[in-house]
Amino acid sequence: MSDDKNQHPEEQILMEGDPDTTGHVWDGIKEFNNPLPRWWLWTFYATCAWGLLYTILYPAWPLLDRATPGILGYSTRAIVAEDIAEFDAMNAPIREQIEQVELAAITPADNPDLYNYAIQGGSAIFATWCSQCHGSGAAGAVGYPNLLDDDWLWGGSIDEIHYTISHGIRNEDDPSAHYSEMTAFDEILSDEEIASVVQYVLNISGQEHDATLAGAGETVYLDNCASCHLDDGSGDRFLGAPNLTDAIWLYGGDEAALEETVRYSRFGVMPPWSADASGAGRLSEAEVRSVSVYVHSLGGGE
Amino acid sequence: MLDYVKLLILGVVVVCAAIAANYARDVAYLIHMIIIMLTAAGVFIWQLRRTGEPAVPVPTHEYMDGPIRAAAIATAFWGVVGFLVGVVIAFQLAFPVLNFDWAQGYLNFGRLRPLHTSAVIFAFGGNALLAGSFYIVQRTSAARMWGGGLTWFVFWGYQFFIVLAATGYVLGSTSGHEYAEPEWYVDLWLTVVWVAFLLVFLGTLLKRKEPHIYVANWFLLSFIVTVAMLHVVNNLQIPVSIFGSESVLVFGGVQAAMTQWWYGHNAVGFFLTAGFLGLMYYFIPKQAERPVYSYKLSIIHFWALIFLYIWAGPHHLHYTALPDWASTLGMVFSVVLWMPSWGGMINGLMTLSGAWDKLRTDPILRMMVTSVAFYGMSTFEGPMMSIRAVNSLSHYTDWTIGHVHSGALGWNGMITFGMLYYLFPKLWNRERLYSLRLVSWHYWLATIGIVLYAASMWVTGIMEGLMWREVDAQGFLVNSFADTVEAKFPMYVVRGVGGLMFLTGALIMAYNLWMTVRKGPARADAPATVPAE
Repeated sequence: MSDDKNQHPEEQILMEGDPDTTGHVWDGIKEFNNPLPRWWLWTFYATCAWGLLYTILYPAWPLLDRATPGILGYSTRAIVAEDIAEFDAMNAPIREQIEQVELAAITPADNPDLYNYAIQGGSAIFATWCSQCHGSGAAGAVGYPNLLDDDWLWGGSIDEIHYTISHGIRNEDDPSAHYSEMTAFDEILSDEEIASVVQYVLNISGQEHDATLAGAGETVYLDNCASCHLDDGSGDRFLGAPNLTDAIWLYGGDEAALEETVRYSRFGVMPPWSADASGAGRLSEAEVRSVSVYVHSLGGGE
Repeated sequence: MLDYVKLLILGVVVVCAAIAANYARDVAYLIHMIIIMLTAAGVFIWQLRRTGEPAVPVPTHEYMDGPIRAAAIATAFWGVVGFLVGVVIAFQLAFPVLNFDWAQGYLNFGRLRPLHTSAVIFAFGGNALLAGSFYIVQRTSAARMWGGGLTWFVFWGYQFFIVLAATGYVLGSTSGHEYAEPEWYVDLWLTVVWVAFLLVFLGTLLKRKEPHIYVANWFLLSFIVTVAMLHVVNNLQIPVSIFGSESVLVFGGVQAAMTQWWYGHNAVGFFLTAGFLGLMYYFIPKQAERPVYSYKLSIIHFWALIFLYIWAGPHHLHYTALPDWASTLGMVFSVVLWMPSWGGMINGLMTLSGAWDKLRTDPILRMMVTSVAFYGMSTFEGPMMSIRAVNSLSHYTDWTIGHVHSGALGWNGMITFGMLYYLFPKLWNRERLYSLRLVSWHYWLATIGIVLYAASMWVTGIMEGLMWREVDAQGFLVNSFADTVEAKFPMYVVRGVGGLMFLTGALIMAYNLWMTVRKGPARADAPATVPAE
């Protein structure tokens, strides 16, 4: 078959005016001897020339220990650094103002620019430094308070939030940190007393409870707990003592969790964030203030 | 003697797989070893029953069409499966509730997505390339497949690879490398199958009776050789345990990323471009019954394409830890690749000169030409998207998904459909297809489906790119990620509908091909399956 082209099955039949073929036939297929289309060739040359030029202008060819840097001095990292510096410079006056204006005055109505900067910057700071414990949506977790509700351990006004973020809670790095410590009653109260006071707390928080035990628990409560959590159980923000009458619980409000808390106490800590106030934190005053405004805006701010 | 060696090997495999299953450290590995054990046992019994039987004379004067028929059927089957999974995950993105709770860990988006990509690229596309290359290399070499039953081994070995890969994804066994997800023992098996593929292809080329090698075979050979190299290098990994599916890549950090995208981009370049150009170079001149437009162009664009493609991978890693110089080179090679890619489009389209009128009457040729048109569009869009400034907008957005699908559905899908419509009557000795009207229906459903798919992804891609980069006067991002997801919802539905149309077209094709084999009138003239003497 290779010798005599006519033996090919279904050999392609040429038409009048067709160009020459190469003379080969494969399973009936022939090939024209057409030249390269001019536009194709010149566009190909043009892209090659452009490519060569581009590799002279921009970092491109690898050498032994570095690559050619390109004569334009282009660098993606330098561009990012420039962009950041540009915005930093642009926002410098806003940062300065945020540090000086009274926190309560950073509102959409009074200072729209400052408010936007505080909220946007604050949310980024929150995502970077706070979300690990309080969650990316600030809804908290067991042992880490929910920041979306209006129940505050150490106060929910903007200035109180700012103080808590600046100095933290029960840490050893900042002497101004909030501090209080609940007694562990395991060794102090008898098992019956602990059981009854747990029933009492279940009672005042409106949960199912054993009425007889709860009655006995009231005395235990008033003798041992009321000094911090107050007689009516509504808590004391000055001491960071939680309100025991609502449905919000930091460590859980069921019988087992309450007994655990009464017996062994709890000791939640939060680091100080302000670099200016104590030198112990990582955030500038403008950053602490921004994230304070952000947390205050989440829904429960007072 | 050879039969006894085969029996011995199969027996050893059964025992080893049983032992491995016993010590399996994870579920995917356990199930894979059981599959291997059962398969090897089945082949053992099949081989045992044949052993000692008088050998069936091999019809050496005929082309070996059995594996081509099998691969053609597998192409249609895996195509429908792959498109179906694609439609499911498209709707899972639009309606997350379709990630059913009862199917978590098996049929949620994360598990099905690699199943979809591998099913369409490697199962559908791979079988199309097997069928096409076996058919083309025999016809254009006027020689029967070299290696006897080895071609059957390639076919069944490849299907076995697909089954192991697909079950692995659903069971959570993955190396985490896009388009290279199968774990180490599956990779080793594919390497064996691929070497056999190379051998039968080269062997057939070497015993060809034509003085020259046809252009389609250059492309197919470059596809087979390069994919072997890509597969081996990107899967250089050390198993954590011989009894587990986990393994650790020998590269780390940015080197691993660069190796991955060198592989990933050239999987597109050599699997989906060079391989399918090989199919195009045979089936378009055949269907149009016109000579290839330019031999010179085919030489120049072939060498330019395979030289340039291999350097283009870094454009997948713009603005990452990859050094700027590598990023520049990836971009430059991608842009220079534009014309070499278009050489194939010109040769495909211009082959129709003198036969353009056939587009009106021949829906199969229309399919092939549309395929080349989509090829031209994608190979323009690709270089454009590789330009750093464009990429800073397009990267990580749905634009990339749209680009991939206009290439995969338009170019690879349509040329494969055209090939199947051409091959089925030939392989089963039918005079013609069961219904050209159904081909027309398939054509329009598929074309409109692709347009809906690509257009909706352009819209969402550019929209989400703009939303991501939008900053307010103080430099803060305006939109959260969830804002962009919400904004994309309507286009996600449009995309799903486009995919559904494409799937419907494929089902119509499967029916049409089935009926062609069952009901089509037999060809009157003698079958032309005789290699030249």
